Amino acid sequence: MATDLAPNQVVPPAAEVKQAPPRKPRRPLGRELLRYRWLYVMLLPGLAYFALFKYLPMYGLTIAFKDYVPFLGYSGSQWVGLEHFRELFTGPDFGRLMFNTLLLALLTIVFVFPAPIVVALMLNELRMKVVKRSVQSLIYIPHFLSWTIVASLTYLLFSVDFGVIAGWVHSLTGGPKVDYVAQAGWFRPLIVLQLLWKQTGWGTIIYLAALAGVDSQLYEAARVDGAGRWRQFWHITLPAIQPTIVVMAILTSGHLMDSGFEQIWLMTTSLNRDVADVFDTFVYYVGITQGSFSYATAVGLFKGVIGVVLIFGSNRLAKRLGQRGLF
Amino acid sequence: MARKQTVRYYDSPGSRAFDIANVLLLTGLAVVTVLPLLYVLAGSFASESEISSRPFFLWPQKFVISTYQYIFSTDTFVRALLTTICVTAVGTVVQLLLTLTMAYPLAKRYLPGRALVLNLVIFTLVFSGGMIPTYLVVRDLGLLDNYLALILPLAINPFYLIVVKSFFQELPEALEEAARIDGCNELKVFWWIVLPLSKPIIATFSLFYAVAIWNDYMSPLLYIDDSKKWTLQMIVRQLTAANADSANVLQQLETVSFPEQGLKFAVVVVATLPILLFYPFLQKHFAKGVLIGSVKE
Repeated sequence: MATDLAPNQVVPPAAEVKQAPPRKPRRPLGRELLRYRWLYVMLLPGLAYFALFKYLPMYGLTIAFKDYVPFLGYSGSQWVGLEHFRELFTGPDFGRLMFNTLLLALLTIVFVFPAPIVVALMLNELRMKVVKRSVQSLIYIPHFLSWTIVASLTYLLFSVDFGVIAGWVHSLTGGPKVDYVAQAGWFRPLIVLQLLWKQTGWGTIIYLAALAGVDSQLYEAARVDGAGRWRQFWHITLPAIQPTIVVMAILTSGHLMDSGFEQIWLMTTSLNRDVADVFDTFVYYVGITQGSFSYATAVGLFKGVIGVVLIFGSNRLAKRLGQRGLF
Repeated sequence: MARKQTVRYYDSPGSRAFDIANVLLLTGLAVVTVLPLLYVLAGSFASESEISSRPFFLWPQKFVISTYQYIFSTDTFVRALLTTICVTAVGTVVQLLLTLTMAYPLAKRYLPGRALVLNLVIFTLVFSGGMIPTYLVVRDLGLLDNYLALILPLAINPFYLIVVKSFFQELPEALEEAARIDGCNELKVFWWIVLPLSKPIIATFSLFYAVAIWNDYMSPLLYIDDSKKWTLQMIVRQLTAANADSANVLQQLETVSFPEQGLKFAVVVVATLPILLFYPFLQKHFAKGVLIGSVKE
């Protein structure tokens, strides 16, 4: 019977047996270093990159707890403890930033996250290989376009002056012409639409890979047992991509507080600022345009810490629910 | 018997209806994805009056190339285009070089200290200093208004690094052993054995890195104040943004008069075209390259 194919019987495609490295006799470290000197030399430029552009900025986070004055430098500036964080939490912007950021994250989870899963499953059921391949090639394209291009396309299609869609809606409903780009109420729908258009196709790749790894014998066996197409989907296909969905969900949850600086910044106008301001763009305003480096760093650090907590939290949750998790 | 059942179930009316609906829906999705791009392409060749009078078209009534002639006659645009091409070319080479040379030693399971470095790399995927501390590092290095600021801070994408490392781990160790016995040191093994075997992954990640630099808007916004050093994405932004002060931008573009809307279309096309031209050649590689990473990790 098809129902015998419980989810846990499907072996995830990622299962990989690693051979244990051969145990080597311990040698003095100096000789090891000498022996692999070229490998270490090759490692050096990359290490320098990570030290300079990844770990030095992490040390720079200390200015979140200082009043950073450029000519005094990192070490010369005065410690002020948690004052910048107090300023953030009690300030007038915090509630608005939190609301905007979380609402965008929620919309992303509800509308953007499931889209590639649905499309990948639909592509997987396509039996005309030519159609499948051409659809794939076309829906990958937007992923390679910049956010400035996506924003420009949005203006060209939705703005009131000559936007095609604004014109269509106007002629269909007969109502007043709506400037979708300028109106605050249309900011969030447009952001979601942009994300769907740009990322859905590309997002299918990883799910299609998981689907391609499913053992076709499972389908044959199910067919012999009399499982129809729906049953095969429900008991084989869906369980097969479940681990991938969980991993992607964990990764997404780690970015809940990242709203995508470029996208939001490019879509922000003086008219929609109230709904558009999120932590990412706020850090830029306060830090770069107003020069409050310490305060902006504190905001960024708050955001980063929440991100770390979210990613580890969701990973633990996934494991508790019996999933493999990310690490 | 089983075979007969298979045929019958696939031809059941419900299954057929699903197939038809599925093909239609997915084709529709592909069409909706591409239509905006085709419209912009058509619009860039249309006259100003056609853009404002016809609601939507994929073929202009009369082909006009004056917008293209205009933008290629302005210093601002040509300079931005050349800058972007140079920064992308140099940046991609730097990124590939750094990523490949770092990934290779990390692929050697026997290398002492490998796990530590790998963990340091993975940690940067979870946590980072953020925008302001990174900006301060770039500033303190004296890289503001320097093209290097568009390249160096993005020199290694940690995720790509891990994918390339996984790829190297899958290469047959015996080949490298043979070369070593023949007297090659690690550098020679890397250059003569490993790199030639890595063409698909090099092709994939040169595309990804090139696209990332070409499309980068945040770095020029943060690090480049001098408008003479702007990249294409900054120009696109300045010209097409809804809240752009167009009079100001037009002055910067040292202009007399030109079709304003058509110009927006043409600029979008020029900034997009190079990517779409390379895309078909690299497509067969990148699916492979991404899959290596996604299936193994």
